[in-house]
This record gives sequence, C-alpha cells and structure tokens, in this order.
Amino acid sequence: MTVDHAAAAERGFLAEARRPGPFGWIFSTDHKRIGLLYLWSIVTFFCVGALLGLLIRLELWAPGRTIMDAQTYNAVFTLHGVIMIFLFIIPGIPAAFGNLVMPIQIGARDVAFPRLNLLSWWLYIGGAALAVTSLFTGGGPPDTGWTFYVPFSARTTTNVSLATVAVFILGFSSILTGLNFVTTIHRLRAEGMTWTRLPLFTWSLYATAWIQILATPVLGITVALLFAERVIGTGLFDPAQGGDPIMFQHLFWIYSHPAVYIMVLPGMGVVSDIIPVFARKPAFGYKAIVVSSLAIAFAGSLVWAHHMYTSGMSDLAVMVFSLLTFIVAIPSAVKVFNWLATLYQGSILLDPPLLFALSFILLFTIGGLTGLVLGAAATDVHVHDTYFVVGHFHFTMFGGTGMAFFAAMHYWLPKFYGRMYDKTVATVAWGVIFTGFCILYLSMKIVGMMGMPRRYWDYVPEFTGLNQLATAGSWILGIGLVLMFVNLVRGVLYGKPAPANPWGGATLEWQLPSPPPTENFAHDPVVTHGPYDFRKAGIL
Amino acid sequence: MSGHEHQDYTGAKFGMWLFLFTEVLLFGGLFILYAVYLARYPKEFVTAGSQLNVWFGGGNTLVLLTSSLFVAVSITALRRGATGLCLRLLGGTVACAALFMLNKFFEWSAKIGHGIYPGSAHLRELPPGETVFFNIYYLTTGLHGLHVVIGAIVLIWTMALIKTGRVHANDWVILENAGLYWHLVDLIWIFIFPLYYLILH
Repeated sequence: MTVDHAAAAERGFLAEARRPGPFGWIFSTDHKRIGLLYLWSIVTFFCVGALLGLLIRLELWAPGRTIMDAQTYNAVFTLHGVIMIFLFIIPGIPAAFGNLVMPIQIGARDVAFPRLNLLSWWLYIGGAALAVTSLFTGGGPPDTGWTFYVPFSARTTTNVSLATVAVFILGFSSILTGLNFVTTIHRLRAEGMTWTRLPLFTWSLYATAWIQILATPVLGITVALLFAERVIGTGLFDPAQGGDPIMFQHLFWIYSHPAVYIMVLPGMGVVSDIIPVFARKPAFGYKAIVVSSLAIAFAGSLVWAHHMYTSGMSDLAVMVFSLLTFIVAIPSAVKVFNWLATLYQGSILLDPPLLFALSFILLFTIGGLTGLVLGAAATDVHVHDTYFVVGHFHFTMFGGTGMAFFAAMHYWLPKFYGRMYDKTVATVAWGVIFTGFCILYLSMKIVGMMGMPRRYWDYVPEFTGLNQLATAGSWILGIGLVLMFVNLVRGVLYGKPAPANPWGGATLEWQLPSPPPTENFAHDPVVTHGPYDFRKAGIL
Repeated sequence: MSGHEHQDYTGAKFGMWLFLFTEVLLFGGLFILYAVYLARYPKEFVTAGSQLNVWFGGGNTLVLLTSSLFVAVSITALRRGATGLCLRLLGGTVACAALFMLNKFFEWSAKIGHGIYPGSAHLRELPPGETVFFNIYYLTTGLHGLHVVIGAIVLIWTMALIKTGRVHANDWVILENAGLYWHLVDLIWIFIFPLYYLILH
C-alpha cells in the first residue's frame, strides 16, 4: 500500500486523476493534462500532414501523372495546408507547451480559466473532426488551397462550406487559449514574479496571445462571409453583385499574416529559453528580446497586404506595405543577434534541445532573409506564386517553428513524463532531419527561382532533376522524423528516470519534481531572482 | 483537492473584456467592408439606405437602450440584496430582446416581401452598389440579431443561477459579465443604426 503511494507520488499528475481511465484525461481541467492532450493530438495531425506532404512530393517525382490525378492532387495539397496550418502549427507550441509549462513558469497552480481551457481542446477536436468530415461528405474534399481565395472557393462544388465551419471553430478555440493566457499572465504570477522576471518563453506566449485575441476574429468573419456567399449567395466578394474579390484577400490576410507570428513567436520563445540553459549564461539582452517580441506582434499586424502585390492593389499600397514588411525584419534580427551573443563565450552543452534550437536560428534566418526577397515588391513580382515562396515559408515555418517544436519536445518531455529519451538516437535523428530538410527545401527555392509555379500538378521536363532531388530529400526528412518520434515515444514509455532538473535550468518548472504534482506547488513560490540567473538559482 | 475555491473577480472581468474585444473585431470585419464599399458607391448607398424604415430602426434602438438600462440596474439590485427586483429587471431585458427580434422579423419580412434579400433575382437587377448595401445590411443585422439571441440566452441562464442561489449579493461576477456582454450587443447596434438607417446625402 505504502509502496503504491510512493510510486503514485513519483508519477505526479500522471497518476492523479479524478475520473477513471481516459475520462481522467478528456475531462481533466489540469493544465498539464490538457497540454499533453493537445501535444499528442497535434503530433498526430502533424504526422498525417507530413504523410500528405510526402505524397505531394511523390506525385512531383516526374512531369505528368505519377501516383494521382490533378483533382486528387489539389485536394491533397489543400489538406496538407489546412492540417499543417490550423491543426499543427497555430495551436502547436502555445496550446501544447504553453499549457504544460507557462502556468508553472509563473508560479501558478493552473491557468486563470481551467474549464475554458478544456473547452478550447474540445473545440479543437470538434473543428478537426469537421475538417476530416469535409473530406468524405458533400462534393468531395476541398480543392482551394488553405487560403480559400474567392472567386474559386465561392464556386467550386467541393465541400468548402463545411471546411470553413471547421476553420471558424478552430479559430474560436485559438481565441479562448489566447484570452486564457493573457488573463493568467496578468493575474496569476507568483509573488516576486515581476514582468522583468518572466521567462522569455512566457513573454513570447503573452505577445502571441494578444495576436490570437485581436486577429483571429477577423478570420472568423472572413470564413463566415465565405460561408454566407456559398450558402445564401450574399455576393459581397462577387463583382457581378458589386462586390470585390480583393476584399476577401485583405480580410483573409489581416488575420493570416499576423497568424504567422502566432506560429513563430512561441518558437522564438522556446529558443530564447533553451539557449541560456545550454550556454550556461544569462540571456543576452533580455529586455531587447521582450521588446522585440512585442514589436513583432505589433508591426506584424500591419504588413498583411505583402501577400497581394500581384493582386491588383494600388502602387502606393504596395510601397507602404513593402516598407512596413522590412520593418518587421528589425526585431527579428534583434532576436537572432541576442541568441548568438548569449552563446558567445558560453560553456555550451550540445544536447538535443540545443541542436534543434541552433537549427532554428540557421533555418529561420535563411527563411527570414528570403522573406525579404518576397517583401520587396520589385523582386516579388518575379517569384510570386513560385516554389521559391514554398521554400521560403517552409524554412520559416518548419525550419523555424517546427524545429522549435521538436526542441521543446526534447527539452520539456523529460520534465512531464519523468523519463529521458536516448540522447544519441535523438542526435542522429536531428542530423537526418536537418540534412533531409535542407535538400528538400533548398531544391524548392532553386527550382522556384528558375520559374516553377507552385500548386501545379504538372511541370515542364527542365525542372525534373531538382524535383527528384527534393523528393529524395523528403524521404530523408521522413526517415528522420520517424526516428525522432519513435525515440521520443520510447523514451516516454520506457526511458530511464529523469531527474527534476536534467538540463540545469533556472526557471520554476525545473524546481518541481519530474513529473510535477497535480497542483504544481505545495506552497505558492516566492521568486527572488531572474529566469536565467543560474548563480542565484544555485546551478553554477 | 485544494481547500479553498479560487476566486478572482478582476481576472474574470478581465477575461470578459478580452472576449468583448474579439466580438468588436468580428464585427470590425463587416465595418471595414462597409467603409470600403461606401467609399466606392456613395450615391447607391444613400439610395438604398433611404429605403430602410427609420421607425423600425429607431424603435429598436430605444428598445435596446432600455434593455441595457434594465441590466445595469439589475446588478445594483442584486448587490443590495433585492433578488426579486433583479430577476424582474432581467426579465424585462429578455422581454426587450424578444421585442427587438419581433420588430426585426416584421422589418425583414417586409423587405423580403419586396424581393429584397441576398441572392434574390430583384436584388441582382438593382445597381451593384445597392445590391452590396442590402447584402451587407442583411449580414450585419443578421449577425447582430444572432448576438441578441445569444445574449438573451445568457441572461436567462444567469437568471436561473440567481434563482438557484449560485449567483447572489456576495458573488455576482457572472451577472456582471453577462451584463457586459449585453451592453456590447447594445453598443454594436448603436453603430449599426446610424450607418444603415440614417445615411442621407
């Protein structure tokens, strides 16, 4: 009996459920359980999305039909985009690791609205279920691309209407998470946890949550209008009824450009938290990193129309949005320089979390710089809607946020499962992923520069070589991902016990046992030092 | 299990205000479309707007303002322990919501009877600017009407909580948040009314 109790205490929140079996998970309001629910749902959808990506690459192995017809191809790349954007990368780090880590990092027992938090997850699952349903009902899977551009999306006979409902619900889920996090960070910080002692990951979630609150409703009304256009023929984007299709693009990107910062800011936060720990040095320019997060959130909301240079806007609008786009590069670069300065003369431990964080810096920088090629109107006109764009956003989103997500998994999973994965396998997996990634997406950039348009099912024979290289890269990447996930899952299930603080972090989550108990802190903590003050935390 | 129930009124209201921001931005998308199309079709907007019945719109404005007054007073009533008065006032608000929707029903019926509704053949024959005006009019007032219904449901739910004693003189943040939501519904109408009904010359 006592042995059972001791064993249960070692398993922390994983062993303490108020309801039996799976109900203890899907009806739990514990932020850590909700975080894990999100994590494994998100990882599942990532794997499905990645599989679709592999199918796209396989189809593009040679010109003409390889494994699927053109209509199927349209549906597959739409599905790949919708899953990766709305089910993986937007909820990704905030909903999974934000929920797991943020309340502990600020010394709270839970988020401000635990039941609302559970509702967010249910809405996420409901939205995902509808998105999947839209594939098999109505007029077949949507074939519009994830951007749902009118007039095609208003006219296609495929099941776009249901997909827009799914997106609306997923947006609502995202709003509730953002609202919850902002309130939590304002109201539930422990004594002594001043704004300048907040870990940078929490700061990045704070900036992200504001974008989620302020931008997502605009996506909601946009897809609602598209739904109305399809179902009752309101015609607000239909020129025959006096509407203007470009207004759809404006409304869509008013959300969807800030959304790329919803995607990448939490990733930057993960990297900002990991680098000081593995360099054994306080974060260089803490305040500059904080301000740059807020600056990206603010300036990023003013650049949406850089997706529309070739859509028929006025030249003046093009120039204004081009200038504003360049301004976003400044806070992004501030972060990169701060990370490098943190590493400089540090005592670096090259463990898997840092390897993924370092690849974030390199790949995100390449992605960011190629973004400037697209932000400049003169060059954008030439590479718009080519594979250069596809390469660019995969570098920022996958090379950036995806790598940060993997870094976060390697950094925090031992904390929440109390078990350590095999570091050697993790390092090998990182190497394979990195190699495959570069082969795949660099080929895309080059073939894009040569003029290959995106979203096409077919291409001219001149592009065959680079496409085959890219497809081969996708196989390497796929093998790396399988290796990484298998290693992580094996670690979670059978790994060696992980100590409370395996990496030597100074933020609050590392002061708790691994895994943490249900209500985190037996006594509300009093914070006396900054998040990266390794000396005062007794680590150095 | 923690020994004490966590209560944070400021946090609860803070969260509600954030949610109201999202509602404002939801309608914001429609107001942006209104602004752009007004700039493009100023004359047609005036022609179409003058066909709306100011008495319906004005009457509904009065109904909503009255309902907001009831909600505001009901909170004070509950705080002073006058539970019965609070419930009657909230009942008045819900009655106002019903009256608003009834008005809307007659107003829309008349318009639809004239063949003016989204996707109608008559609407397509009008000049494009007028078509846009009526389409956006239906969408905006329709979305607002949906919010009136949701707000009324929230208030009825709050009334049930007051009756069962879950919300009372010392624990009234749910009523205050429900009231905030109702004021938002009112506020949005205050913008809709002049934009659509009073647009002249």
